[in-house]
Amino acid sequence: MSIAEPRKAAVQPMWFEKIPAGWWALVLILLTMPAWANDFVLFQVMGWTFILGMIALSLMFLAGYGGMVSLIQMSVAAMAGYMVAIFGNSGMGEISMGLPWWLYLPIAVAIAALFGTLVGALAVRTEGIYTIMITLAIAAAFFYFTRQNYTIFNGYSGFNLVVPPPLFGVDWRAPMPFYYLTLGCAAICYLVVVYVSRSPFGLSLQGVRDNPRRMAALGFNVTAHRVAAYTFASVIAAIGGILLAWQNAQIAPGTAGIPAVIDILVIAVVGGITRPIGPFIGALIYVLLRTFSPDVLLAFGLSGERFKLLIGLGFLAIVFFSPDGVLGLWERWRNRRARGQDPLTGEDP
Amino acid sequence: MQGFLQRHPIWSIIIALVAAVFLWLIFATWSEEMVEVMGRKRVFLNAIFGGITLGALYFLVASGFTLIFGLMRNVNLAHGSLYLLGGYLGFEVSELTGSWLLAFPVVFIIVAIVGIILQNQVFRRMEGEELRQTMVTIGLSVVIADLLLWTWGGQSYTIYSPDWLSGPMTLPIVSSIRDSGEVVYLRYPAVRMAILFAAIVIGIAMWLVLNKTKLGMLVRAGVDDREMLAASGVRIQYVFLAVFAFGAGLAGMAGIVGGTFQSLSPGEDTRFLLASLVVVIVGGMGSIPGAAIGALIIGLSEQLGLVYAPTYSVVFTFLIMAAVLAFRPQGLLGETR
Repeated sequence: MSIAEPRKAAVQPMWFEKIPAGWWALVLILLTMPAWANDFVLFQVMGWTFILGMIALSLMFLAGYGGMVSLIQMSVAAMAGYMVAIFGNSGMGEISMGLPWWLYLPIAVAIAALFGTLVGALAVRTEGIYTIMITLAIAAAFFYFTRQNYTIFNGYSGFNLVVPPPLFGVDWRAPMPFYYLTLGCAAICYLVVVYVSRSPFGLSLQGVRDNPRRMAALGFNVTAHRVAAYTFASVIAAIGGILLAWQNAQIAPGTAGIPAVIDILVIAVVGGITRPIGPFIGALIYVLLRTFSPDVLLAFGLSGERFKLLIGLGFLAIVFFSPDGVLGLWERWRNRRARGQDPLTGEDP
Repeated sequence: MQGFLQRHPIWSIIIALVAAVFLWLIFATWSEEMVEVMGRKRVFLNAIFGGITLGALYFLVASGFTLIFGLMRNVNLAHGSLYLLGGYLGFEVSELTGSWLLAFPVVFIIVAIVGIILQNQVFRRMEGEELRQTMVTIGLSVVIADLLLWTWGGQSYTIYSPDWLSGPMTLPIVSSIRDSGEVVYLRYPAVRMAILFAAIVIGIAMWLVLNKTKLGMLVRAGVDDREMLAASGVRIQYVFLAVFAFGAGLAGMAGIVGGTFQSLSPGEDTRFLLASLVVVIVGGMGSIPGAAIGALIIGLSEQLGLVYAPTYSVVFTFLIMAAVLAFRPQGLLGETR
């Protein structure tokens, strides 16, 4: 996990030359996708991928740069979704307050960030596997609480008809606008994470990850950096959570149930928690498996319900053979190809 | 004990007072005013005994979890799956043979073997990589949960207790006094008393084995300093295998217990995993007495919460955990290393 950026060449290249051609191709594909993909792919596959990718990105930020594997991110996302339903409009008229969108969106993000920060303040008192256990326990408590509380969270059924506000006369839940909405949010979150990871805050956070005692001796406030990382990650998770509530048009306790919480960890780990692009790759794999595995399993004569087994086995295989996820696999394959030719003789080994 | 009294006199007094109030509430006859404030005494007693029994069940699950963690630094998040597996297997065995008691040794051995396979084939390959081990156990719990769902389906099962344990038994505790002056004693399901008794016996046996035998000495030494123990010539892998097998087998047996006085269904695995997590966080990682105290506290708070504040019983558990984390991050009986 190196934090050093490659040295700049003597001649400063133009800014667009610095971005590899592969990225330009990816941007082109993503931007033109509505022209050649159908609505199901746009809304269900890609939209869901970006949303899960954002929530997993917040976990990646904490785990990859902060060294804290937090399982609370899905609960933070669900909290934001709930707040949108409570302060905005939903089918539950007696609870929802129906505030305008420019008021309830910031409130939702702020409350979710506050929630994430409070949990983070508790969780940073522990390290490593303890953090996993404590955040898992809090996530479970959140799930049971939302399921039993009827005055605020409307209990078992949650809120339905949670839809985005019709801004600029566009129905943001229609496939194409929703695709661009999620793509835009995901791209902004991705770029912000990349930017923050290179900012002084991100660099000192990575220092805290690698050696908290040394950073403390250098005068950095270790606890404050960690809690701030939780706050930042919670904002990203909150944006993902709001979009998730809009996509499903509902929010219920099951959104942040234990399986969903585990799924976010699976997505981040399968994609790779060393780089911000990893969670999106993991989310794409997860969504594809989730969407198409019933068909594949049926083709092999198995029941379509066994996709969980497939996902679990895939996760096990990744953790077993490549601790840094699919990204790590790919990097190792590229390194091996680069090393393929013997530098002295020019022969293949 | 002596040391605790001397170091924390105020805390000792508070703990003794709380215990005395509880005992008085249990044994005294309630007056009219108390019934008005707290409800019927029978309800309170049932909640207390339900909490203690639930605590006993939590202790069975959590003691294996905490033992494995203390020795191997391995958070086995598949522990709940072992619990559910044991429950289903116990159901099958007791249905096949018709014997409830026979299910216990059979399940213990089968789940212990599963534990040995896990330790030998999975965790040994990634020793020292705590995070990776935890991830693997998460993956395993997903896979095992789905395999169990595949095999036993989504309906819930109840294991029937044998005839000699069914029905209530009368405890020498006054529940209420009728107007005629007749004393009514508390009646409580016999099978639950048996579970409570068995949990206490197992707890004491574990304490004796850990503190009085050579194996226990090895385990305690391993908890304190694994490398040093290995360096002094002990085949530590065998100790690991034994402890893992025992902890897994205990979780399996707890599955039968849970299936007898509650029920078995998909989702119970995460419920008990969460319970053991909270219990060991409250009680202190790797400490058997800590697991006992944590299980008692969590069981009691859950049942009392269910009776007196049904909506927020889960929140009580969470608040206790948060309070312990905030003031004593290593747990009530945990040690800082």
